[in-house]
Parts: sequence; C-alpha cells; structure tokens
Amino acid sequence: MADVIKKATRESYGEALRDLAEEYKDLVVLDADLAAATKTGIFKKAYPDRFFDCGIAEANMMGVAAGLAACGKIPFASTFAMFAAGRAYEIVRNSIGYPHLNVKIGATHAGISVGEDGATHQCNEDIALMRTIPGMTIINPCDDVEARAAVKAALDFNGPVYMRFGRLAVPVINDKDTYKFELGKGVTMKDGNDVTIVATGLMVNEALEAAKSLENDGISARVVNIHTIKPLDRELICKCAKETGLIVTAEEHSIIGGLGSAVAEAVTECCPVPVVKIGVNDEFGHSGPAVDLLKEFGLSAENIAATVKKALNK
Amino acid sequence: MDASKKKDLQKIACKVRMGVIEGTYNAKSGHPGGSLSISDTLTYLYYSKMNVDPKDPDNADRDRLVLSKGHTAPALYSVLAQKGYFSVEELKSLRHIGALLQGHPCIHIPGVDMSSGSLGQGISAACGMALAGKISGKSYNVYTILGDGEIEEGQVWEAAMFAAHYKLGNLVAVVDNNGLQIDGPVTEVCSPEPITDKFAAFGWHVITMDAHDFDSIEAAFDEASSVTDKPVAIIQKSVKGKGVSFMENQVGWHGTAPNKEQYDQAMSELNAQLKELED
Repeated sequence: MADVIKKATRESYGEALRDLAEEYKDLVVLDADLAAATKTGIFKKAYPDRFFDCGIAEANMMGVAAGLAACGKIPFASTFAMFAAGRAYEIVRNSIGYPHLNVKIGATHAGISVGEDGATHQCNEDIALMRTIPGMTIINPCDDVEARAAVKAALDFNGPVYMRFGRLAVPVINDKDTYKFELGKGVTMKDGNDVTIVATGLMVNEALEAAKSLENDGISARVVNIHTIKPLDRELICKCAKETGLIVTAEEHSIIGGLGSAVAEAVTECCPVPVVKIGVNDEFGHSGPAVDLLKEFGLSAENIAATVKKALNK
Repeated sequence: MDASKKKDLQKIACKVRMGVIEGTYNAKSGHPGGSLSISDTLTYLYYSKMNVDPKDPDNADRDRLVLSKGHTAPALYSVLAQKGYFSVEELKSLRHIGALLQGHPCIHIPGVDMSSGSLGQGISAACGMALAGKISGKSYNVYTILGDGEIEEGQVWEAAMFAAHYKLGNLVAVVDNNGLQIDGPVTEVCSPEPITDKFAAFGWHVITMDAHDFDSIEAAFDEASSVTDKPVAIIQKSVKGKGVSFMENQVGWHGTAPNKEQYDQAMSELNAQLKELED
C-alpha cells in the first residue's frame, strides 16, 4: 500500500491564498493574532502589504472585512472557528450577511480535533450558527486538494462564504490532477445500494474506510461527500434517500444544526427515510490528543460501520 | 463661513428635521431625538464636505458615510432625500412593509454606504473602507457617526485601536455627545466619559465642536481634513431633540414617535424656523 500523504486543511488554506494572490489582485487577508496557526502567515510572508493583522479583536476584524468588501476588496478574515462563528457571530450576521458582502471567512481549528486545547477552543457549533444566516455559503473541505479548490471557488463566487478548516493533518484522498470542485454539488465517492453515508470534512475519509469494512460484511454502502453544506445539494441527497432507503450522516460537529440536521431537513421533505446522525452529541469536548478524541467521540470508521449495521439490523 | 452659506445650510437642516418628524410620525415608531441631534452635521457633510453625487451613488471614488448609530436613520434618509437620492415623499413610508426605507440603514438603499444599526459595528466597517482606500491609492474620505452611548460597546475600541495602528488618516469618526441614552444620562448609565481623553489615548487626533453651529462644524471638519497621518475623532456637543422644543434634552424622545398633536406642534415650530430663515 502506498504511503498515505497527510496534510491539515489549514495549511492548504494558507498556501492557496498565497498561490491565488497573483491572479486575484483584490484578495487581501486579515487575521486576529493567529497567523502562525491559521497558516495565513504563509500568505503574509509572500504578500506582506496585503496582510492586515487586527490583533485579538475578532468582532472588529469582521467589520473591517465588511468595509473592505464594500469597497471592492476580497478580504479573507481568518481566525479559529470558535471566534469567527462564535464570538463574532452577530457581526458576521449584521455587517457581512445582511448586506451580503463579498467577505470570505477562513475558520480554522474547527471541531473536536483541536485536541489538547480542550472545550473552550473546540468549536462544534459553527456550521449550525452559519447555516442560519441567509445567503451564507458554507464549505467544509475533506482534504488538501478540496480545500485548495474551495478557496478558489470562494474567490470566484460573489457573496459571503464561510470556509471550515482543521488543525489535524488528514489523509489526502482526492487526486489533484483530476479533481473538480463544484460549489453546492455533493460528490459520490463510492457507489452502493444498502445505505448512503453522507459525510463532510475529515469524516469523508472515515466514511470511505467504513464502506470498505462494510463491504467485507456484505453491506453495500454509498459514500457521498458534502463539501458545500449550504446551499445543500438536495437533489443528490434526495436521490440517495430514494435509492438506498437509509442515510447515515457523519460530521465533526454537533449533531444539532450541522450536516446531519441539514440532510434530515431535506430528506423529511422530499423522501422520508431514516436518517441516523453521527457527530458530537449534545456535550462539550475536553482535552486530549486529536486522534484519541475523534475515536472517543465516535468520529471514526469503526463507529460509522457499527452505526450502519445497527440501523440495518445486521 | 459667509452668512449666505450658513443660512442655506440652516434652511436645509431645518428641512432635514422636518423629514425626521415626517418619517417617525408616519412610521409611528423610530428615533427622533438622536436624529435631530445629528441633523446639522449630516447637512454640513452632504452639502459642504463630502464628494458625493446622487446621480452616481456607487462611484468608487466617492466619500463614504457609515451611520454607526444607525437608529438615527431618519436623519440620514432625510438628508439623502433632500439631496435627491430618492424622493422626499419616500420618508412617509419609513418602516412600512415593502418600503424602501428600513428601520435601520440598509446598503441597498440609494446613497446608504453600509448597513448599520447594531451598535458598535459601523465604525469597524468604516475602518475597512478607509483601509481599502488607502491601499488602493484612492483619495476618498470615510466618515462615521457614533452615539455617545454607542461607544460603550467594546467593538468601538477594537476599531479605535485598529484605525490608529493603520494610521487611517482618511477616517473621521464623529461622536454625537448629546449626553442621553435609552436608560438615562450616559454619565449615569455606565459612563463613557472622558470621551476626548479616551480617543486621544487610543492615538486619535481629537477635535470638539458645537453640533448646532455651522461655523464650529466647518472649523472642525477643516481641521480634520488637515490631519492625514492618524484618524480623527470629532466629539460633537449636541442637543438631543434639537429644533423641536418639547423634544430637546428629553431622554423619552430617544425612541418614541410623535402623535398627531405632537407632530403638528413640531412641524409648526420647524416651519416657523424655516420662515424666519427665509425672511
């Protein structure tokens, strides 16, 4: 077996910003004293005149981004998901969402895989918060290839976009030479008939692993990667519901308000079938190595496979 | 300022105030007190200071104004209507269902540069606009108006720090120091004083002015224009409810609309003021 290359999507974010800056002259980057962690430092090093540190002041950073966008710039406001979606929520809603300004929010360190920093920094609520803002696009890429493509897609799209990146290095599962990113379109990574596993972010790889193991047990699992959580690819989700009759969602986010909720909302309207949600239950995280935490919170191929079997009574 | 210019501005300001009363009366809600305290300043900015053209409201080189104290939208809408961004008649449908003029400024209204009104946010957007101008080599200026109660919001001071750090010499923030907020006098609610010292300590050039004296207003904005290496804060001493006798310095007129009788009295007072100016 070939060596699996691993890379954190926050790293992809920083590199993509740097690589796209030459082509997109209006691209500017804001950060809130976390450039080394969000990896916007990569951009800063190459384009210091287009990088603006706002200090530890996320509310103002989002407002500054709004003002920049109102004057034709394409700002990427970058900080941890907790502060982008959490602390600055109301500024994102009123200063960016309501005027529908062309601001891109680069939210890194999302989810439980923040690891040792613990519950205060493990944001499992950002997708839920951002989904409620009218006109907000939400992208949660699964690997390096998709993350880079997502940054470019966000640049080409006129309107607010929330991009979610992780701290943990995750396997690169897409082929950079053939990969095509289509905003708002889910990707069927593997076909199957008994169940559809709808996954997003780092859970896509876990879903693929789960599908492999289920195959050994005679269960044919389809795997769909939803990188764009809003607008959701309802057509694909409903097709999967009709064709496989069971959906299991997998996300590194609270089971309240995230991908699972979005999928359930769609399925109940177009083709009601059981939707079983895997994610962080209604609880806070805690400190520990990211990989161990993911296992503990059930964000693993093993748990996906077990959940599918249980749902199928097998 | 020569006498005829001053008189012209006073007349326009009087009409702007009438629009405030017209709007809030017809809306049966809204914020007349703080709208009246900034009417002279807005009149001066739109008629004597800012490079704006109602026929070309989206011109990339225009000066911008962000009404951070967005609840006083009636005054902004009224001055924009006087300027011809939309008809004065629109003011009567302020806050109505389906109307152009929303309760708080909305970027989609002609002449409105930024949605605002959730307090503390407008100044940050103004910082972003000023930064955009600076890094694009454009010469436009950005004005923002805050309430003295509004500056209790922490975000204002995040923005104040940012503006000074990035030497936003094209940014002017006016603080409307009418001394009153919803729960009472600002000094009693949770005092933001000393306001001038605070902005100075944050690295701003600070100017004080009388918000109802066009000579003082002009001197303040002239001085602001001469400062190019740091942001400017103009702390304007104003009277909440200015121009309508029974509304002046009354905290109750922060967010209450006049009834028919009060509307008639306010309009009669403003008409008398206008007539005196026209004689």
